[in-house]
Amino acid sequence: MRIGSPKETYAADESLFRTRTQWVWFGILLLSLALYPFVANLYWLFLACLICINIISATGLNILTGYTGQVSLGQAAFMGVGAYTVAWLDNNATTPFILNLLAAGVMTTLVGLVAGLPSLRVKGLYLAIATIAASFILQFVFINWESVTRGTRGINIQPPQLFGMEFDNPDTFYWLVVPVTVLMVILAANLFRTRVGRAFIAVRDRDISASVLGINLPLYKLMSFAIASFYAGIAGGFYAYFFGSINPESFPLLMSIFFLAAIIVGGLGTILGSILGAVFMTLTPELLRYGVDVLEPFVQDASALLSPVRTLVFGLLIVGFLLFEPHGLAEIWRRVRRFFHLWPFRN
Amino acid sequence: MNILNVDGVSLAFGGVHALRDVSLSVAEGTITAVIGPNGAGKTSLFNAISGFYRPQAGRVYLEGSDISRTGPPRRAALGLGRTFQNIALFRGMTVMDNVKLGAHVRTRTGPLAAMFYLGRARREEVRIRSEIEREVFDFLEIDHIRRSPVAALPYGLQKRVELARALAMRPKVLMLDEPVAGMNREEKEDMARFILDVKEQWGVTVLMVEHDMGMVMDICDQVYVLNFGQRIAGGPPAEVQQNPDVIEAYLGADDMTTLRERLRGDRGAA
Ligand SMILES: Nc1ncnc2c1ncn2[C@@H]1O[C@H](COP(=O)(O)OP(=O)(O)OP(=O)(O)O)[C@@H](O)[C@H]1O
Ligand SMILES: [Mg+2]
Repeated sequence: MRIGSPKETYAADESLFRTRTQWVWFGILLLSLALYPFVANLYWLFLACLICINIISATGLNILTGYTGQVSLGQAAFMGVGAYTVAWLDNNATTPFILNLLAAGVMTTLVGLVAGLPSLRVKGLYLAIATIAASFILQFVFINWESVTRGTRGINIQPPQLFGMEFDNPDTFYWLVVPVTVLMVILAANLFRTRVGRAFIAVRDRDISASVLGINLPLYKLMSFAIASFYAGIAGGFYAYFFGSINPESFPLLMSIFFLAAIIVGGLGTILGSILGAVFMTLTPELLRYGVDVLEPFVQDASALLSPVRTLVFGLLIVGFLLFEPHGLAEIWRRVRRFFHLWPFRN
Repeated sequence: MNILNVDGVSLAFGGVHALRDVSLSVAEGTITAVIGPNGAGKTSLFNAISGFYRPQAGRVYLEGSDISRTGPPRRAALGLGRTFQNIALFRGMTVMDNVKLGAHVRTRTGPLAAMFYLGRARREEVRIRSEIEREVFDFLEIDHIRRSPVAALPYGLQKRVELARALAMRPKVLMLDEPVAGMNREEKEDMARFILDVKEQWGVTVLMVEHDMGMVMDICDQVYVLNFGQRIAGGPPAEVQQNPDVIEAYLGADDMTTLRERLRGDRGAA
């Protein structure tokens, strides 16, 4: 049972974590992240890196779709822009890893701004379709701009180097991607402590009265697209480095649906939701694979079923959460926490 | 001096003439009411002033400058604050966040500064937070609900929160569309007092649409009457309530005595 905590100053009351307990939990989280590589095997480290990449991208999409209400099915294609930016720089320049990653973010931001232009005229389903169109155009560019992307043959990327070290394995890569992920999640959370984040939510909830409050709708819609794309670009850059090779099929529309599913399952319009959703959606296929391994001896061609079953499960999860738990895992988590706050006096 | 001038505004929706050649002026530091029967065009007039609707003819001036071609966000920044007839709060947000949104026009933090939440972004957040606490919440007596989600509040309090949000804009002209509609007597009296204080303590000019004649007569300096989109009268309340056109518009008949009574003091009527 926990009781209210009086705040001395407005500054303290405006901070990211308001209670000491929250700071303690945050410390424990950081500590666990630091210790994880010492207990996890390579497979679990691989998954952790993948989860981080997905968290970055999902967080970006949640800012755009969950907080600002602009449905986008372009997140995977935007990641592609980031990934190709890194790949091109890696093959044609000697710029350091960090710079390449930032360039991926900036490049994708610019592309995202253009792709976001339809949001000034249309919303909802029409906007979603416009972003699908943007995805296909980008896909077309990935395939046909051979001098940069090498077309369908794909393109290889050297492992990133920093301070003379090579990050060519999940156990080393982990130390690159985790700190950046933590940073980017905190940056996103900060956004919603300020006028910018509030304006995003205002645009989502009632764009008419937002404009009477002096919120410039086009500006904030584009800003949201820009930020979401920046996150996609960074995630895509990491993706390229992590897998060491990319091709136009690395970023299919289905992957955009994956991210949309992640934020719906995790919780639209919450930072925690992006994290939980990305973790959950990354692990679900692994769980299915495990199930297939178990079934292998009994069912003929069990592994051939994996891909369609995975798509089916994603679909079911989206529908199921929309129907029964529209606020996602983040809300379930909140309920659990509240239960323990009041425990044992009330339940 | 007139802070707001509406000059010959006409607005039609297809065949419906919501406003026909309406002119009015609002003197600085006063409370001005716009009254009229249902469908007279009062809300349409507000929407034309705040920039939602583009009138087919006419101009709107704020502090002498023509804002007819300016969009709603810019008009807000120039000092037009407003509330809506059917409350337009952000229902999922807390009272605090709703009111902070009012301060949007007065703050500058950009996305990059916001994400790092250092220096200016941080100072600005803390500054508006304390301003809102000291000036708006204390004044409207809503400190105790600052963390409540708006959707959970009773109607009367929601109206008050919407007023708080408009005040957080520090507007020059505050437009209230039926601020006491649907309130009980006590809530109405509170609201009337707040509106008077807004004028007297804050020095904000108020333009309001209201059906409650008692309140209009009590607190307004100037009253304009709309009927079928036309301005049929304008002047001090005492004068307007004697105007036969007004009485006719309200009753559509000439039952003068009952109407005078209604116009004079029946607080319950809407
Ligand atoms: N967006 C719109 N589209 C079409 N017609 C409209 C629109 N807005 C208002 N009208 C019409 O314009 C006329 C004036 O409406 P308005 O809402 O301004 O009246 P009002 O004086 O505010 O009435 P009330 O007292 O009921 O609030 C009405 O006939 C209404 O149907
Ligand atoms: Mg109205």
